[in-house]
Amino acid sequence: MSHDSHNHSHGHDHSHGGHELPFWRKYIFSTDHKVIGLQYGITAVFFLLFGFSLMLLMRWQLAFPKQAIPLIGKLFTEDGVLSPELYNQFGAMHGTIMVFLGVVPLAVGAFGNYLVPLQVGAHDMAFPKLNMMSYWVYFVGGIVMLLSFMTPTGAAASGWTSYPPLSVVNGPGEGFWGGLFTGQSMWLLGMVFLITSSLLGSVNTIVTAIQLRVKGLSFMRWPVLVWAQVTTAFLLLLAFPPLEAAGIMQLMDRVGGTSFFMPSGLVVSGEAWKASGGGNPILWQHLFWFLAHPEVYVLILPAVGIVGEIIAVNTKKPLYGYKTLVYSMLFLGFMSFIVWAHHMFMTGMGVTMSTFFQATTMIISVPSVIILTTYLLTLWGASIRYTVPMLFATAFLPMFAIGGLTGLPLGLTASDIHLHDTYYVIGHFHYVVAPGTLFALMAGVYHWYPKISGRFMSDTLGKIHFWLSVIAINGVFMPMFFMGMAGVSRRLYDQTVYAHGLAAQPLNVIMSVSAWILAIAQLPFLYNMATSWKWGKKAESNNPWGATTLEWAASSPPPHENFTTPVEVYRAPYEYSSNKKLLPQFVQEA
Amino acid sequence: MEQPKYGFWLPPNISTHGAEIDNLISTLHWFMAVLFIGWGLYLVYCLFKFRERPGHEADVTGNAHFVLPKYIEIGIIIIEACLLIFFSAPIWARVKQDFPKESEALVVKVTAEQFAWTIHYPGRDGKFGQLKNELIDGTNPTGLDRNDPNGVDDIISPNFLNIPVNKKIIVQLSAKDVIHNFFLPVMRVKQDAIPGMTIPLWFEATQTGKFEIACAQLCGVGHTQMRGFFNVMTQEEYDAWYNEEEKSLLGDAATATEPTGENK
Amino acid sequence: MSALIPYIDEPHPVTGVTNAKLGMWLFLASEVMLFGALFSTLIIMRTSATDWPAHGSDVLNVPLATLNTVFLITSSVTIVLSWAALKMKDLKKFKFNMGLTILLSFGFLVIKYIEYTSKFHHGHFPSTSTFYAVYFTLTGLHGLHVIGGIITNLYLIGPGSKMWEKEPERFTGRIECAGLYWHFVDLVWIFLFPALYLL
Repeated sequence: MSHDSHNHSHGHDHSHGGHELPFWRKYIFSTDHKVIGLQYGITAVFFLLFGFSLMLLMRWQLAFPKQAIPLIGKLFTEDGVLSPELYNQFGAMHGTIMVFLGVVPLAVGAFGNYLVPLQVGAHDMAFPKLNMMSYWVYFVGGIVMLLSFMTPTGAAASGWTSYPPLSVVNGPGEGFWGGLFTGQSMWLLGMVFLITSSLLGSVNTIVTAIQLRVKGLSFMRWPVLVWAQVTTAFLLLLAFPPLEAAGIMQLMDRVGGTSFFMPSGLVVSGEAWKASGGGNPILWQHLFWFLAHPEVYVLILPAVGIVGEIIAVNTKKPLYGYKTLVYSMLFLGFMSFIVWAHHMFMTGMGVTMSTFFQATTMIISVPSVIILTTYLLTLWGASIRYTVPMLFATAFLPMFAIGGLTGLPLGLTASDIHLHDTYYVIGHFHYVVAPGTLFALMAGVYHWYPKISGRFMSDTLGKIHFWLSVIAINGVFMPMFFMGMAGVSRRLYDQTVYAHGLAAQPLNVIMSVSAWILAIAQLPFLYNMATSWKWGKKAESNNPWGATTLEWAASSPPPHENFTTPVEVYRAPYEYSSNKKLLPQFVQEA
Repeated sequence: MEQPKYGFWLPPNISTHGAEIDNLISTLHWFMAVLFIGWGLYLVYCLFKFRERPGHEADVTGNAHFVLPKYIEIGIIIIEACLLIFFSAPIWARVKQDFPKESEALVVKVTAEQFAWTIHYPGRDGKFGQLKNELIDGTNPTGLDRNDPNGVDDIISPNFLNIPVNKKIIVQLSAKDVIHNFFLPVMRVKQDAIPGMTIPLWFEATQTGKFEIACAQLCGVGHTQMRGFFNVMTQEEYDAWYNEEEKSLLGDAATATEPTGENK
Repeated sequence: MSALIPYIDEPHPVTGVTNAKLGMWLFLASEVMLFGALFSTLIIMRTSATDWPAHGSDVLNVPLATLNTVFLITSSVTIVLSWAALKMKDLKKFKFNMGLTILLSFGFLVIKYIEYTSKFHHGHFPSTSTFYAVYFTLTGLHGLHVIGGIITNLYLIGPGSKMWEKEPERFTGRIECAGLYWHFVDLVWIFLFPALYLL
């Protein structure tokens, strides 16, 4: 297929003669990591918007319970009121889509794919075909998830955590095929696809980062983002398989009549449950959280990497404590495997177990604090250039701090008694993921846009986007802490049923209005992203921000094989020259 | 009985152990506030002081850094360790492990199902009748066997948990179908109700009043509707209610046992 | 151009492995976690079970499973021999040994099929008890891994072996990776056999 001078190459048939390829090989079934990164990015943004829309609809029901959704309500139900069935489906799918189809593919699939090979000076990923497969398997997983809305009983409705027995007894369907074509079963199938995709992706990232390093790039010269992506890849590689096992077992419970998670003596809606029993519903929670806690760090570490790069560039000084930062990330990754049961304090855990898990939880807060501190200290003595990416990166710091700090009362068992499964939890992890990770990802989009397209995004629109978002997003999530304190459980269709819920109801109105403003605030961003591709201000050089890492040595956008001239690394990623200016890794000091 | 006041912060606490939990929660939030405001002031100062402007150069050597953060970090670790060792773990042990003697307490069974709570009092003999799944029907939600001598005087109270004030209560919590969570906001009591397991918990109320049982774990389409009632009464009121229930039960006892006999 | 993606056929000077081999080790690490979760399930199911055979041999066919163990161990030996043959530049011997490996793995599947159908005949299905649920899920997933291995090996003995002419080093590397995977599948069985059939 490559008809140019590849005959003395190894005959591996991924072509590198970019422009000779037909359209479908170049843009659809491409093996170029940059195209795949963009495919991941575009698909993930679509899913983020879709998952966000589900929540915007749910927010109407929460703010104005049992009132018809204006204009579009009739599309969903006859009277226009969001039914509790749909509410539960939307809730479960919001979580699933945002985490597994939105944030992770954007943070790992898009940014990791695009930047890791560039930052280590590679021409492509180590396994370009596996890379392409990884994207398409993810795509199929996403389609399966979307199709689950079409099943007779609708999509999965047991929360993104899918706790059995609820997830097994919910709309079980008749027979094998009937059981398979139900929301929850499709959810499980979709997860198997997504897990396979992330397995392929993480193997690729690790091998690329380790094996394809360019000359001079020792491990301690890796940019923070590469460290973050490699740690993340290890988490994905090792934490996802237990969920795959659990998913297969839950699927067996649903369509094969087994009882992995179904205890004996179940009576569902007055009928004895038909399976043999003898299973253990807590087993699912262990296997699920064994994945899902590292998953939290999968969400946050790439963001930490992106923010690190942007802060280093825009403070115009080296990152403070690079080595400490790297070791903290590795320690964080390791610790994330032994904290999972802090999600399960209410399952009747004894004192020994709960003390162990709250101790590990307190320990894991230390590297998080160190990471945050190194970034804050980098600001000292800086000369901060307030570009739009820098605005988002600075906003990340206090938002991530709130998300992290509010983890304390949840991680300690005694205070968790009151706060467990309330809105406090929702506030906590959304501060980490939404104004935390998503702000970092937006910062990344603004920051690397000139590299990807050769043009800048509009500054004015970017600033409008930033200020509206930062105000609205706090309006959405800050009230959740108060609501959680008041004892309002999460996942309630209508909290006004309860006296304490009714008292806190005004907060729901504030949150919903803020959420809708937040949605509007994303319009300038989307417009900006779309139009700047063609009409944005041209980036005058390969390295318009004065950055130090290797991707800025390539032209913008980088050609098919990334680097047309050989590159070499001469120093650590964030070092300065004798004239006290930051010096790129790839420039030899005269 | 006065109506509880609910707002945007912790609901009133009427349990003997709740004050400790509330104290821990507020201590934690003061600690978080101090840290956040400290970080925040530093951040705002940096963002202003070290902004890009003519004549200002970044200090790339990093020689001007202070050592304060190390002490702060060590301080944070020590405070966290103290909170864990001296507050959280002991409170948890007291709440979840130091059970009162059954002879001094009122023991009740609470069984959760989609979407209701069944409260089961053992009766004057203090012994629960056997529960048999095959006896479950619309009028007998937990399948209580009235033919069991222990079960004759048992009282079943759907959705109403009535307890006397100032008395230790032990709840044996279970579920029939899916995982629920037994949450008494004013009592600072929260525990998963898991099918196939019976998990005990205890508490003691210090005030009378009418409160709610909430379900805190997504349990299906009627999760919101799974609201129970939690009434704390004076001992006299409780006794009066109990005698009333007992009278209506044992008066009907002869007819009540027959249908269960037929089911066999 | 040959260095476009380096370390395809020669090991990296620092890590000492080729890309494919590092990738295979990472993949196997992931597989260890997958089967680790399943084995944990086995332990938890067994300790809490009310309906579990005292010994697996009471309900499962140990002689057949022993034969299967022999098949798999032998196939692990033959796949190493096939790799060694390539190291000696002997493609014929490679094909012979690889063919044996594939035959043995087919034999494994046939016996597995006999075991499964006899269970079904006696009315033992995954839904019968948690023991059978664990038995069918674990051996079934292992069986899928065997099938995956057969497909890979069939490709490598058939159309895939064309690579030998142009890139013998790379092809040998592929066989080595296939061997690593096959050893892993074998190893899982070595754990499954006592855990399900004997204990």
